[in-house]
Amino acid sequence: MIYEVSGWAIVIFVVFVGAVLGLSFYFARKTKSASGYYAAGGNIHWGVNGIAFAGDYLSAASFLGICGMIAFSGYDGFLYSIGYLAGWVVALFLVAEPLKRLGKYTFTDALDARFNSKSIKLTASISTLVVSVFYLIPQMVGAGDLVVPLLGLPHYAGVLIVGTIVIFIVATAGMTSTTYVQFIKGALLIVFSTILTIYILNNGLNLNPGEKYHQFLKVGTIIQDQKIAGTSDADYTLKESVTVEGKHTFVSLEKNNVLRWFKLSADSTYLEEMLSISVTDDGTTLYNGEPKAAEKFFQVGHLTKIVVDGVEVDKTGPLGPFKFLSTLENSELIRFTKKAIPDRNTTVWYQTPTLGRDMINPGLLYKVSTKAGATFWTKMNFVSLMLALFLGTSALPHILIRYYTVSSQRAARKSTIVAIAAIGFFYMLTLYMGLGASVNGVLDVESSNMSGPLLAKYFGIGLFSIISAIAFATVLGTVSGLIVASSGAIAHDFMDKYLNMKMNDRKKVKAGKIAAFGVGIFAIALGILFKGMNVSFLVGLAFAVAASANLPAILFLLFWEKTTAKGIASSIVTGIVSSVFIILLSPSMYERYGLLKSAAPIPLDNPGIISIPLSALVLVLVSLLTQKDNHRKVENYHND
Amino acid sequence: MHGPAAKMEADKAAAKKSKLGVTLFIVYTLLYSGFVMIGLMNPELLGVHIIGKQNLSIIYGFGLIILAIVMGFVYNAICSRMEDQMNSK
Repeated sequence: MIYEVSGWAIVIFVVFVGAVLGLSFYFARKTKSASGYYAAGGNIHWGVNGIAFAGDYLSAASFLGICGMIAFSGYDGFLYSIGYLAGWVVALFLVAEPLKRLGKYTFTDALDARFNSKSIKLTASISTLVVSVFYLIPQMVGAGDLVVPLLGLPHYAGVLIVGTIVIFIVATAGMTSTTYVQFIKGALLIVFSTILTIYILNNGLNLNPGEKYHQFLKVGTIIQDQKIAGTSDADYTLKESVTVEGKHTFVSLEKNNVLRWFKLSADSTYLEEMLSISVTDDGTTLYNGEPKAAEKFFQVGHLTKIVVDGVEVDKTGPLGPFKFLSTLENSELIRFTKKAIPDRNTTVWYQTPTLGRDMINPGLLYKVSTKAGATFWTKMNFVSLMLALFLGTSALPHILIRYYTVSSQRAARKSTIVAIAAIGFFYMLTLYMGLGASVNGVLDVESSNMSGPLLAKYFGIGLFSIISAIAFATVLGTVSGLIVASSGAIAHDFMDKYLNMKMNDRKKVKAGKIAAFGVGIFAIALGILFKGMNVSFLVGLAFAVAASANLPAILFLLFWEKTTAKGIASSIVTGIVSSVFIILLSPSMYERYGLLKSAAPIPLDNPGIISIPLSALVLVLVSLLTQKDNHRKVENYHND
Repeated sequence: MHGPAAKMEADKAAAKKSKLGVTLFIVYTLLYSGFVMIGLMNPELLGVHIIGKQNLSIIYGFGLIILAIVMGFVYNAICSRMEDQMNSK
């Protein structure tokens, strides 16, 4: 679809970026030591650190991805919110304080504290890099997606802008400037998501999303010999009829030289207009049969029935947060389902009537009900996802380094609680933002990621500008954290510790800055290369790899005396290799390769349920086999 | 005088805090697994109305988020008290 560029969005964005860069300059003078660069000197206030945690964690996938997924698939998107937050329970109760006690700058430090082992330094720094890069790609792709509507620039420009600003933030003042960028962004995101939710509740539910909303056409059919012979409207000429997957009949009709696609109703009495994108033989892309500039590719998503206390109404007026959900549950809405028409270079989105009840229960995306056709593997996918989300958070290196920016274990704990409260509150809002987007006619079927900002636009261009600028800032905050984590892995873990380069403080900072620059350039290249990839999909991948590679190592180190260095190193390698291997052979990847989903050798989209236990098992076995190594353990750790 | 827990100072409350953390973690994990298991075994149950016309999906989902926040505050209060008492001796 076409987005108009808003002047206000540009102004707000420029002000924000200016403030961030100014802050970086200010802190740059203070950041001369390695401790300052990698861990913000260890003296960030726990309250600031807690909100910065939120700013670090609530990436583009949380804000854009989850809202979009809820808007398109209802409660199944909210499962991510529940799982992502539950992950913080693991971080708070098991990981926060011991990790603070053990480490200095990075999570590799903590893992290695008892062992002083080369293999841990190497594998943990590689794992940090692999996880961070998987996490970086969707952030950069998301940045590119955002500048298209926000600033009217091409995708690659967005990636370049984010990359350059972030390299600047990190290379000037490392973790200090990164912390404040994340703090400001985290606070803004939560405040404005609350405002957006108030708008949604105040607006209530309405059968008519607005005067501009497209009324989808219905055309009667003439059936002869159980086939469509024509339409009841003489203006339309029947062009062709295609049956897809044996159950959907799609029909193309021509009127005034414009070809549009319709779907035959279940009783064959009428045709219902769909959204379509076709690529013609000469390479032109047509949106609903016309060039993009004609603006015929409509925003969608509307209610067809609203029931309040047993009575059907046209609109509800303002609703409370619980009344909103219970009213929606009794209502009905139209979602749009995507289908490709084989051999026509055409993709269509047809209207799918959906009960409100189904929107606020799991099942539209993850098939769990046997009645709805769930199989063993679809159920395993659901369990695997919930497991990876639960165990992934406390294994993300860019989150873990934030424990080294505060002064004490108590501050580490308190900042985790601030983070849980802030992030938990935000995640509750995602349900309203997602559902609000699904019924107010704002969805762009081409990009679910834009659902949140487009909903803001429905309430006014000012709110849209602010929300979009924050979404962009969201990417800045998270990418900064990822680059600090990666630069720590390269300069501190790998060069200083593994290669034993014996760098002094100044050289360590310099190496960190050069590494940040390198990773930044790499991230820009990846962001341009992976244009069009789904943001949430890749973040899910990062979580699965992190949970498989790092979490067994962290937990066994803390809670099992017999853990050995070789056990940890082999578990990290097993975790990375098995999770990436399963992902590469998964149905989702097969679809991306252009192959049949059903041909995938492993019918799982999320590897967690296999790779996490496997990595833990390898850790236990190798540790038991290498017990004699443990007498060399550095005794500076008490797991009391 | 007892100041804030100093950097890397021996923490006598560590064992007790760790035990409390593990207990709370197990409680939360059981509740979280309960949600996943209902989704897996009897998803229809999630549609049943529980309180105030809200179904189990909403109550359980919001409940897990709110519980994490509440448990966090409780854990912090107990840990801080333990640290103050045990480290000042």
